[in-house]
Amino acid sequence: MQQYFDLPLIEQAILTLAAMILATSLALLAQSRVVATIRLFAWQGVFLAVITALVAIDTGEPHLLISALLTLSLKAAFIPWLLVRQARSLNLLKESDAAIRPGLILLMAGALVVFCYNIVQPIEVLAASVTRNAVALSLAVVMLSMLMLITRRKAVTQVVAFMALENGLFFAAVTTTQGMPLVVELGIAFDVMVAAVIFGVFFFHIRDSIGSLDIEQLVRLSEHSE
Amino acid sequence: MTALLLTLLAPGAGAIILALVPSVRVGSFLNIGICLFGLAASLGLAFGVLGSGPLGGTEFYVDAFNVYLIALTAFVGFTTSIFSRTYMAHEVSTGRVTPRRMRLYHSSFQGFLFTMLLALSTNNLGILWVSLEGATLATVLLVSLYRTPESIEAAWKYFILCGVGIAQALFGTVLVYLAAAHVIPDADQALHWTVLQQHSAELDPGVMSIAFVFLLVGYGTKVGLVPLHNWLPDAHSEGPTPMSAVLSGLLLNVALYAIVRVKMLTEGALGAAGSGLGEITGQLMMGFGLISFIVAGLFLHRQRDIKRLYSYSSIEHMGLMTFAFGLGGPLATFGALLHMTVHSLTKSAIFVAVGHASQIAGTQVMEHIRGLIRTQPAVGWGLLVGTLAIAGFPPFGVFISEFLLLTATMKSAPWLALPLLSGLAVAFAGLFRYLQPMVFGAQPAGQTAVKSSIVPVAVHLLIVLWLGLSIPLVLANWFDQATQLIAGVGLL
Repeated sequence: MQQYFDLPLIEQAILTLAAMILATSLALLAQSRVVATIRLFAWQGVFLAVITALVAIDTGEPHLLISALLTLSLKAAFIPWLLVRQARSLNLLKESDAAIRPGLILLMAGALVVFCYNIVQPIEVLAASVTRNAVALSLAVVMLSMLMLITRRKAVTQVVAFMALENGLFFAAVTTTQGMPLVVELGIAFDVMVAAVIFGVFFFHIRDSIGSLDIEQLVRLSEHSE
Repeated sequence: MTALLLTLLAPGAGAIILALVPSVRVGSFLNIGICLFGLAASLGLAFGVLGSGPLGGTEFYVDAFNVYLIALTAFVGFTTSIFSRTYMAHEVSTGRVTPRRMRLYHSSFQGFLFTMLLALSTNNLGILWVSLEGATLATVLLVSLYRTPESIEAAWKYFILCGVGIAQALFGTVLVYLAAAHVIPDADQALHWTVLQQHSAELDPGVMSIAFVFLLVGYGTKVGLVPLHNWLPDAHSEGPTPMSAVLSGLLLNVALYAIVRVKMLTEGALGAAGSGLGEITGQLMMGFGLISFIVAGLFLHRQRDIKRLYSYSSIEHMGLMTFAFGLGGPLATFGALLHMTVHSLTKSAIFVAVGHASQIAGTQVMEHIRGLIRTQPAVGWGLLVGTLAIAGFPPFGVFISEFLLLTATMKSAPWLALPLLSGLAVAFAGLFRYLQPMVFGAQPAGQTAVKSSIVPVAVHLLIVLWLGLSIPLVLANWFDQATQLIAGVGLL
C-alpha cells in the first residue's frame, strides 16, 4: 500500500483504472443478461481509452492519443452499438445467458488472477511496480475473457468475450510498452473492425441455419459423433 | 523492390477488382490471370534475391528463407486458381453456390493470398501478426460459403479458436516489444526483424522465454498443432476444396514460418544467457511436433470424410516439420525446408484430386466414393499417386525429406527415431486402408466423369518426383542459404 501512495498521482490513476478494467472483466463473467453484458463491455472500452490517454500524457507519447481516440470510437462506441443493433434485430436483448455454475467460475477467476501475478513475478525488466501490476492485470483480463468464452452458450456473448480478450491485449501493449508502433496499432484496429463486421454477418447465418444463436447446438462436427 | 511491390500489389488489387466483377466466368479467368501475374513477379523477386542477396530492411525484408516461401505461395496460388475455375463452375451449375457468392469467393481468395505474401515479406513482427489474423478473416467466410449448418459451425469454430489462439501470439509480440524497448532506442524499429536479430543476444531472456511460449501456442494454433488443431479438419472439410488446398498448402507453412523466425530470436536471447537454456525452445517445438505427428496419424484411422482424412494428414506433416525445426542443426533444417516445399505441393495436388473425386461421387463420405480409376482415370491416378507421394514412398520428394529428418534424428536424438518410424507406419496404414477401395473398388452404376483440371496435379506431382530424384543445384543452394540463416551453418 505504501508503494501505491509513493507513486505520482497520474500513475495512481492508471493503476486504479487498471483495477477497474479487471473488475469489469469479473463482472462480465458474472453477468448473464445480454444487454448488460454489452454495456459492461462498452464501459471496459471507456476505461481503456482513458488509461491510454493518461499513459500518453504521462510518457509524452502523442501517438498514444490517436490510439486512445481509436479505442474510444471502436471499443466503446462502434462495436457495442453494432452488437446492440444486431441483438435487437434478432430479439436477443432481453435474453439471458447464464453460466452453469457461476460461483465456481468466479472462484476459478480469482485463482486465475493469482496465477497471472505469479507468472510475471520473475520478470526482472518489470521492476517498476506499475508495469508489473499492469502486465499481471492485462494477462488476467486475457485469461478471464477466455474463461468467459468457454462458459458462454450464446454467439453474442461469445463475441463480447472475444472482444474483451482483444481489450486485454491492447491494455498490455499500452501499459507495458506505451503502445505498439503506430502502423501495427492501425493494423490491429483494422483487423478488429473487420472481425466485428464478420461476426455480425455470422449471427444471421447461424440463426438462419439452426434457428437460434445457441452455440450448444453446433455439435455436428466432432470426432465422436461420427 | 519493384518485383516485391508487384507481388504484393497483384493479389491486393485483385481482391478489390474481383469483388466488383459480376460474371462468374470473367471472374474466374481474371482470378487465374492475376495469380499468373503475381507468380511472374514473385519469380522475378526470387531470382533477384538469389543473385544479389537480401532485399529491403525497413518495412519489408526478403532473404533466402522467406523468398522461397513467397515463390511457393504464388505458385500454389496460381495452380489452385486453375483448379478453382473448373471446380467452382461445377458447384455453380449444381446450385450449391450462387453467382453473387462467387464474387465473395474470388475476392476472398485473392485477399487470402495477399495476407500470406504480406506475412512472408514484412519485416515487422507486429505486421506479421496483423496479416496472419487477416488470413483468418479472409478465409472465414469461405469456410461457410455453402451455408450448410455444418459449414457455419466449422466457420464459427475456426473463427473463435483461431482468433483466441492468435491473440496469444499478439500477447507474445507485446512481450517481445517490451524486451526490445530496453535494448533498441528507436521505438519504431523495435519490432523490425532485422534489428531484433542483430540485438537478439541483448534481449532479456526471462521476458523472451515467456514471449516464446505465447507465440508458439498462438501461431501453433494456426499450424494446427495438437491439442490446438480442432478447427483444422472442420474448416478443411466444410469449405470449398480450392480453399482446403491453399489452407493446407500455404497457411500452415506461413504460420510455421512465423514460429521459426521467433525461435531464432529467442534462441539468440537464451543462448547468450548461458546455462543451456537455449535448448528449451527447440525442445518445446519437438514435443509439440511429435505429439501432433502421432495423434494425427492415429486419427487418420477413424475418418469417414475424405477431406477430413487428408487434413489430418496435414496436421501430421506439420507436426513433423515443427519437430524438425525444433531439432535444429543443418541436416534437420534442410530436411524441414524441403519437406515444407514437397508437402505443400503434394497436399494441394491431392486436394485438387479429392475435390474432383467428391464431385464425381457426389459426396465426401469415403464409403460412397468408389471406382474412381474406372470412371475418370486421371482423377483416380492423381489421387493414388498423390497419396503414394504424401505417404513417403520413394522416389518422391517426401521420401527424401523424411529420410533426411530421420537421419538427423538418429544423429542427435536416436531414441526419438522409434516413435517417428512407427508414426510414419501408422499414418501410412491409415491412408491406404481407405484409398484402395476408393480408387480400385467397383464403380457404382451411373457414375460419370466431371469436367476437371488435372494439369495442376500432374505438374505438382512431377515437381515432387523431380525433387525426389535429384534436387536441382539452384534449388539446393537456395535451401542451403536458408539453412545457413536458420541453423547458422549450411549443409552443402
